[in-house]
Amino acid sequence: MYTFSSRLKIASIALMIIGALGIGFGFMNSHKSLDDVKTMLAQEASGGHGTDTHTAAAQTEAGHGDAHADAASHADEHAEHVQHQIANRPWSAIYVAAFFFMMIALGVLAFYAIQYAAQAGWSPLLLRVMEGITAYLLPGALIVLLIAALSHYIGHNSIFIWMDSEMVNPDSEKYDKLVAGKQGWLNVPMFLLRGLIYIAGWALYRHFSRKFSIAQDNADDNRYFKKSFRIAAAFLVFFIYTESMMSWDWIMSVDPHWFSTLFGWYVLSGMLVAGVTVIALITIYLKAKGLLPHVNDSHIHDLAKFMFGFSIFWTYLWFSQFMLIWYSNIPEEVTYFVTRIEDYNLPFFGMLILNFLFPMLLLMNSDYKRIPWFVVMAGVVVLVGHYVDVFNMIMPATVGDRWFIGVPEIFSMLFFTGLFMFIVFTALTKAPLTQKRNPFIKESENFHY
Amino acid sequence: METSKVIHAIYTDDDVLMAAVKKVKANKYHIGEIYTPFPVHGLDKAMGLAPTRLAITAFLYGCVGLIVATVMMNYIMIEDWPQDIGGKPSFSYIENMPAFVPIMFELTVFFSAHLMVITFYLRSRMWPFKDAENPDPRTTDDHFLMEIPVSGNEKELHDLLVETGAVEVNLVNNTH
Repeated sequence: MYTFSSRLKIASIALMIIGALGIGFGFMNSHKSLDDVKTMLAQEASGGHGTDTHTAAAQTEAGHGDAHADAASHADEHAEHVQHQIANRPWSAIYVAAFFFMMIALGVLAFYAIQYAAQAGWSPLLLRVMEGITAYLLPGALIVLLIAALSHYIGHNSIFIWMDSEMVNPDSEKYDKLVAGKQGWLNVPMFLLRGLIYIAGWALYRHFSRKFSIAQDNADDNRYFKKSFRIAAAFLVFFIYTESMMSWDWIMSVDPHWFSTLFGWYVLSGMLVAGVTVIALITIYLKAKGLLPHVNDSHIHDLAKFMFGFSIFWTYLWFSQFMLIWYSNIPEEVTYFVTRIEDYNLPFFGMLILNFLFPMLLLMNSDYKRIPWFVVMAGVVVLVGHYVDVFNMIMPATVGDRWFIGVPEIFSMLFFTGLFMFIVFTALTKAPLTQKRNPFIKESENFHY
Repeated sequence: METSKVIHAIYTDDDVLMAAVKKVKANKYHIGEIYTPFPVHGLDKAMGLAPTRLAITAFLYGCVGLIVATVMMNYIMIEDWPQDIGGKPSFSYIENMPAFVPIMFELTVFFSAHLMVITFYLRSRMWPFKDAENPDPRTTDDHFLMEIPVSGNEKELHDLLVETGAVEVNLVNNTH
């Protein structure tokens, strides 16, 4: 049995408290009056940074004396736009962090189900570690949905602009025909209902698989293992549909004008990489404490191979999505990448180095995949890279060029890191770290590659 | 240090063979060659063979392929005749790179795979009209053969090999 060391517990609680303070600061700091924003924009323009060509252009126009009123109202509109972006930032920051950790737990759950469905012989030693991580899924997914709902009910539709009812009202000046055309799918009650259905399905699978896994320990036949196998197969079917729809709802709809068919798989590949990486990190941690005596370097080697393979799979899907849109260059699709390349150049291309080049070169060598500190190093880079990936998916739609990885982003991550650690390590204390009667446990203990 | 005589010990089971290899190694005899009908896992380790470096060559060949693709596409599409084809930006390599990635990828794989296979053939001395170096045709079906060069120690080596469970131990002239 694992006991949650008090040092780790204090560290996770401290992270949550520090994170919560930072998040609070982020929210307080994002309320700017229109006048504040105007002063800020004027300063930026006169500062000669030229970050805002829009305002600068409006001001020169105003200087000429023509269309003075027009330019003034244009500047007003622009200031209002910027004001919204500033207000959106803490919402998006917390949403990105919440989604990132939810995504890890969900990726691990899918990987766990695959181990059962494929009757893998190498992994049963790691199943309890995976069960510990998936304990975060239910609270984590509810938090994501809650943040999405609160951004509508408390915030001003800060994450999902389609939640603004004005956008589908033909009499409003905010009326948007494209969004209105999608309101059969994109409307708040349906969004919340769908979200609850996804979460309920995932949480039910996690609940029963955990129950059967523990029941199998004390059983005298393989009845529960067979049940685990069956529900794993059923869950994987449910998962691939709901994961796809979840990625449309929770991520793609931040840009309601844009759509992409392979988006669901793209999000899935990121999920699997991040999930396997966290399995590897926690396994290495527990092994270093001597709690997983049967786990040998071949298990680490296999996990590292999955990290390597899924990293390349992620890159393949990233590139397929990017290249198809770049190549055909259809205006309604390509704006997605235009804003990312113009405003997010470093994170957008930087994440390719973190998520592709680095893991590929580090984890290609078979010997390196057996060295724990090497896997940890690659794992940390991969996790940072996939945080940036989620950041790149959400932020351009909500804060546009007003992005920065500053207090709201970092402290949101700290908060959710603390919460994730707390829930996962608490769950790990609830059952022995190795399954007792899994039919494949002997094979896994003797696993050697 | 080739000798004119070798001992051929024939086994009918790979587990017995593995045990025999360990015993022969423990008695400090040099194993010249082992012929098996199929890969026996762990045999190379038991024999103490050095790990293969084929994967390293494959990586280097892949790098060559990537360079070939890049230089070729850069020369053809950007430097030699930078035409406007459907509005693709041919001003610099990086600007039009996404369109070249499929070629870069495929050539990397192509070079890596083919050159590695050819390296394998060269290093293992395999080619179409090559004479088979098979001391006993049964080793391609269900027998395992261990070949040990002898130098005046035939008797004790013979006894040791019989002891390890060899079904046949023959002293033969070295053919190669």
